[in-house]
Amino acid sequence: MNFLNVDLLIIGGGPAGLAAAYGAYNAGIRDILIVERDHRLGGILNQCIHNGFGLHRFKEELTGPEYAQRYIDMLKDTSVKVVSDSMVLDLSADRVATIMSSKEGLRKIQGKAVVLAMGCRERSRGAISIPGDRVAGVYTAGAAQKYCNIDGYLVGKRVVILGSGDIGLIMARRMTLEGAKVLADVELMPYSNGLNRNIAQCLNDFDIPLYLSHTVTDIIADEDNKRVKKVVISKVDENRRPIPGSEVEFECDTLLLSVGLIPENELSTKAGVILDKRTRGPLVKDNLETSVEGIFACGNVLQVHDLVDNVSAEGERAGLGAANFINNGEVKGDLVEAVPGEGVSYLCPQLITKEGEYVDLFFRVRTPTSNCKIVAKVGDKVVRSIPKIKVIPSEMESIRIKKADLLDKKVVVQLEAK
Amino acid sequence: MIKEFVCISCPRGCNLKVDTETLKVEGNSCPRGEAYGKAEVTNPVRTITSTVKIKGAESPRVSVRTDKPISKQLMFKVMEELDKVELKAPCKVGDIVIKGIFGTDVNIVVTKEMKGV
Repeated sequence: MNFLNVDLLIIGGGPAGLAAAYGAYNAGIRDILIVERDHRLGGILNQCIHNGFGLHRFKEELTGPEYAQRYIDMLKDTSVKVVSDSMVLDLSADRVATIMSSKEGLRKIQGKAVVLAMGCRERSRGAISIPGDRVAGVYTAGAAQKYCNIDGYLVGKRVVILGSGDIGLIMARRMTLEGAKVLADVELMPYSNGLNRNIAQCLNDFDIPLYLSHTVTDIIADEDNKRVKKVVISKVDENRRPIPGSEVEFECDTLLLSVGLIPENELSTKAGVILDKRTRGPLVKDNLETSVEGIFACGNVLQVHDLVDNVSAEGERAGLGAANFINNGEVKGDLVEAVPGEGVSYLCPQLITKEGEYVDLFFRVRTPTSNCKIVAKVGDKVVRSIPKIKVIPSEMESIRIKKADLLDKKVVVQLEAK
Repeated sequence: MIKEFVCISCPRGCNLKVDTETLKVEGNSCPRGEAYGKAEVTNPVRTITSTVKIKGAESPRVSVRTDKPISKQLMFKVMEELDKVELKAPCKVGDIVIKGIFGTDVNIVVTKEMKGV
């Protein structure tokens, strides 16, 4: 079998992988290889043809493919190499990836450092156990988006969407513009999980009703073609249990699911990388190194993001972290643990090194909260406090802490009333 | 009259209050929000993103957009025009597909590079 050595091996050529390559290249690494399973770079951005990307990173509003092209162009005249149509089947703790492609066959590539940038996948009908008939016409929103924007197929004419995450909202508008009738967007929680701007421009612009505190309780098949004929939704109580008698029926042919994303960490696990139960991504230090020496992680494989601009920033940091590892070896010294407190569902990174002046901790709040403050505490001492008018779970928050203030074994970040 | 909107200019999504007579905008955090609020009560505009057919490329569709926002009322009419377009690979980001659609100063441009196969 063909065996190859590179300085930096990046698994995944989406926004995280591209930014990691860019970050490592700028830090002086020249022998970089990106392995991509699709035939082109850009990952999920290729099918996200809507605009709204890049306001932070490039100070202008771009579509997904345009944003991807920026990074592809930034790498164009560099020594960064790409192998596409190639699937990484296995990864070991000594950083050897087993890669399959129809052109090159099976080969092994070892990196002095590896960046995991595999992204995430959608939760499906099975993952949330929707009752009802087994039918054609039930798609995840992202799958419908790919069929529509890449392949040119509209998956249905009369559509109900479950979940109000951004992909679901974007697809409500997309399918409406392409001539489908979107009858309802149904959300289990009493608030939407998408950005406010997407509720405005994707639902309100087209008078699509949003049913909060509702869920799908039955799917009824068309006897002739075994496709969706009816979707039944019910109101739910405060424990998210359906309330009998509150059913509303929709005659439709399609149900789209936008019910959450799961980091795709099968390869990470094979390499022995420890995952955080809360993020479902690798447990990382602030240089984005996982529990396995020399293996780094960034983007949606690490924590599910809502803005690609944040993915790029994280990718560039992972690239820098990997470059420092290649040049100087493992970061030494004691680690400080970052612990989510009251009202905070996770913190990423979970461990903080002594290197550098400050650390940015990323997190999500548990429930929408108004007039509060985000507080970082070391022991009883408040080291940082940020007042907030409003925080919501669908928007990732961050807090910057000076490392000089981390004089204990752990720092707790929590939400407090103002 | 005061009308309320969620600003769509960026992911922040500020809650705007706009006086329909004086066009005074409140609740915005930046100048883009003020411009959006004013436009919403005078001539609401949207950027339209979609796809058109392409021949000789790796996939049968290529993504396109309006290069600036266009009147919200024209959204479905723009979609009808895009149905009639068929491009040939190769094409690159920024290539003009339709110049000055419906006599406006808005162009339809390609947003994805497509190599010929």
